[in-house]
Amino acid sequence: MPFMPVKFNLQKRVKLAQGLWMIYWLSVIVGILLFSLGIFFKIELRKRSEMMDNNESHLVPNLLILVGLLACGVNAFGGKVCHDSLDPIKFAKWKPMLKPFLLLCCGFNALLLLTALLCFLMQFAVYLTLAEGLKNSIKFYKDTDTPGRCFMKRTLDLTQIEFRCCGNNNFRDWFEVQWISNRYLDMSNDLVKDRVLSNVEGKYLMDSVPFSCCNPGSPRPCIQHHLTNNSAHYDYDHRIEELNIWTRGCREALFSYFSSMMTSIGVLIIGASASVDMAGLKYLTTALETMEDPENPECESDGWLLEKGVKETFGDLLAKLKTLGKTNQVVEGGDAPEAAN
Amino acid sequence: MALLKIKFTQQRRVHLAQGLWLLSWMAVMWGGVIFCLGVYLKTELLRRAEVMDNTEIHVVPNILMMVGLASIGTNWVASRVCQDSLDPTRFPRWKVPLLAWFAVATVLCCLLIAVVALSYALQGSLEESLKVGLRNGIRFYKDTDVPGRCFQKETIDRLQMEFRCCGNNNFKDWFEVQWVSNRYLDFTSKDVKDRIRSNVDNRYLLDGVPFSCCNPTSPRPCLRYHLTDNNAHFNYDYQSEELNLYSRGCRQALTDYYMELMNSTGPGVLSVILIQLSVLLSLRYLQTAVETAMVLEDPEGDSEGYLLEKGVKETIEDLKINALTMLKFGQVDPNAAEGSSEVADAEKDEKDAPPSPAS
Repeated sequence: MPFMPVKFNLQKRVKLAQGLWMIYWLSVIVGILLFSLGIFFKIELRKRSEMMDNNESHLVPNLLILVGLLACGVNAFGGKVCHDSLDPIKFAKWKPMLKPFLLLCCGFNALLLLTALLCFLMQFAVYLTLAEGLKNSIKFYKDTDTPGRCFMKRTLDLTQIEFRCCGNNNFRDWFEVQWISNRYLDMSNDLVKDRVLSNVEGKYLMDSVPFSCCNPGSPRPCIQHHLTNNSAHYDYDHRIEELNIWTRGCREALFSYFSSMMTSIGVLIIGASASVDMAGLKYLTTALETMEDPENPECESDGWLLEKGVKETFGDLLAKLKTLGKTNQVVEGGDAPEAAN
Repeated sequence: MALLKIKFTQQRRVHLAQGLWLLSWMAVMWGGVIFCLGVYLKTELLRRAEVMDNTEIHVVPNILMMVGLASIGTNWVASRVCQDSLDPTRFPRWKVPLLAWFAVATVLCCLLIAVVALSYALQGSLEESLKVGLRNGIRFYKDTDVPGRCFQKETIDRLQMEFRCCGNNNFKDWFEVQWVSNRYLDFTSKDVKDRIRSNVDNRYLLDGVPFSCCNPTSPRPCLRYHLTDNNAHFNYDYQSEELNLYSRGCRQALTDYYMELMNSTGPGVLSVILIQLSVLLSLRYLQTAVETAMVLEDPEGDSEGYLLEKGVKETIEDLKINALTMLKFGQVDPNAAEGSSEVADAEKDEKDAPPSPAS
């Protein structure tokens, strides 16, 4: 009893072949889109890798690039098979490859779903990497003379300007770190000596932020220094001042950027991994195989998804797997009569 | 003596028609590209319209958009003519429209050349417009509470950060303007009172710049205030400090940006001019070849195509005579009136003559 049989006449077969050809070529375009999204994601991760301590995982973009290329190849092959399917001579040479091709499609769809799942799950990894990386970035902001960290200041400044954020959680992260290098501090000055002596580690801490935290939309010229001291500035109350510097933390800003990118890529993959093309190809090949009179193209034929019902097909598969496992074992009943002879 | 005659067999005519059809569709595509370039240039100019005083420079993108659209239409007509050219029943209806087409195509080529020339000629006007616009922007930087100027500060700040520039000519422009609003100045402070009294206009001038002038690539955290005072900062020399602030002026930065944009459209415009000229010449050859073929006894035979029927001088003479006759159309010609009355008498005599032999 075939599973979901459908009767096909010539016109239906032709329509199915044409529709399937269109679907395959659209899938090639989607494959190209996935490939370019993978490259875009990889470039974005590279650009921000300094913020993530050069520790970020490139698994998702690499997988996307691979899946995009595979999608192009698999769907182009499928399109070619559909194109040749209505010509019996050309179709005959594709026939032996069809079963492995359908298995490959199955595996490929599973890979697509795995990639979509990774897109959603890896967001946690990105969050943790960002938290750690930004903490170190702020710590190394002043080290513009240390090889390997010379550009940390520039990168962090440009990131804070571009993403409109300040610090890791918020601007107070800058109060806990010395972000002015000792080269620019006058150690003979009393104020400097007081500040350095005011904490255990001898760091020059102040309630100020770098200029990149400034909000251009503030009506007032930016107040960067003595942020918690109301009397240092005219008509200033640090508790109600909101527009002066960016209030959002960079971890949240960067995370929301990456997470929206990864979520939309995941949704696109789920949309692309519809199994419509697999089902259609199965119908088409079975319809062409069951033509009673191969010389007469007008004859009717049956198409189906599975030759027997679902349960029976599974039973057959299990039996096959068991026999595969037993090929190496000696079959006792068979050997004994030979030995006797 | 025809200009640049070429012999065309039927085969060659067919090839010419096919090649021209492809070429005209390519020209349609390029016309679309020119239109898009014009739109892009216009949006870029409109984005910074707040720091520009006049809109003279908008002539360049406007012409590009117009020419792009006209080129799409013109070359589509050319492709239709190609399709009809090998059908003798449908080609004659294009006889008069083709003359108009040639005129329009020539005008388009001239406009494109004019655009290239204008984009260089208007550079001075652009700089002037930016100079005035930026000067006003810097002057009104502090007026964040005046309706109509609230966003001047944000515009100038974002401009300086995006184009990596400071001030109009350089950062010293900020020293001559009060860019801190009076709302944020403590008039009881001695320092503020001193500064206000130090100049005639009672402005609070300081040797400081806004934060948007800061250069992120500087190894040192940005120094914005007391820039001319070496003692105000440790290990600081005003004359030799280069990386602290952006050294370029915003007028120079913006002019360079727009000139680069217009120069990069240069190759595209030049290739459109070349394509349009080749479509024009090929269509003229096709038209003359097909017309001479239709006049022949054997329409499938060889014919000649040319650019001008007579030489250049003779064609110009002919055009002059045609233009003059058109101008004289309204005038009454006294010679013609006498001549016509004589002809009428001669006809009357002829009519009277035949009856006499009969009778």
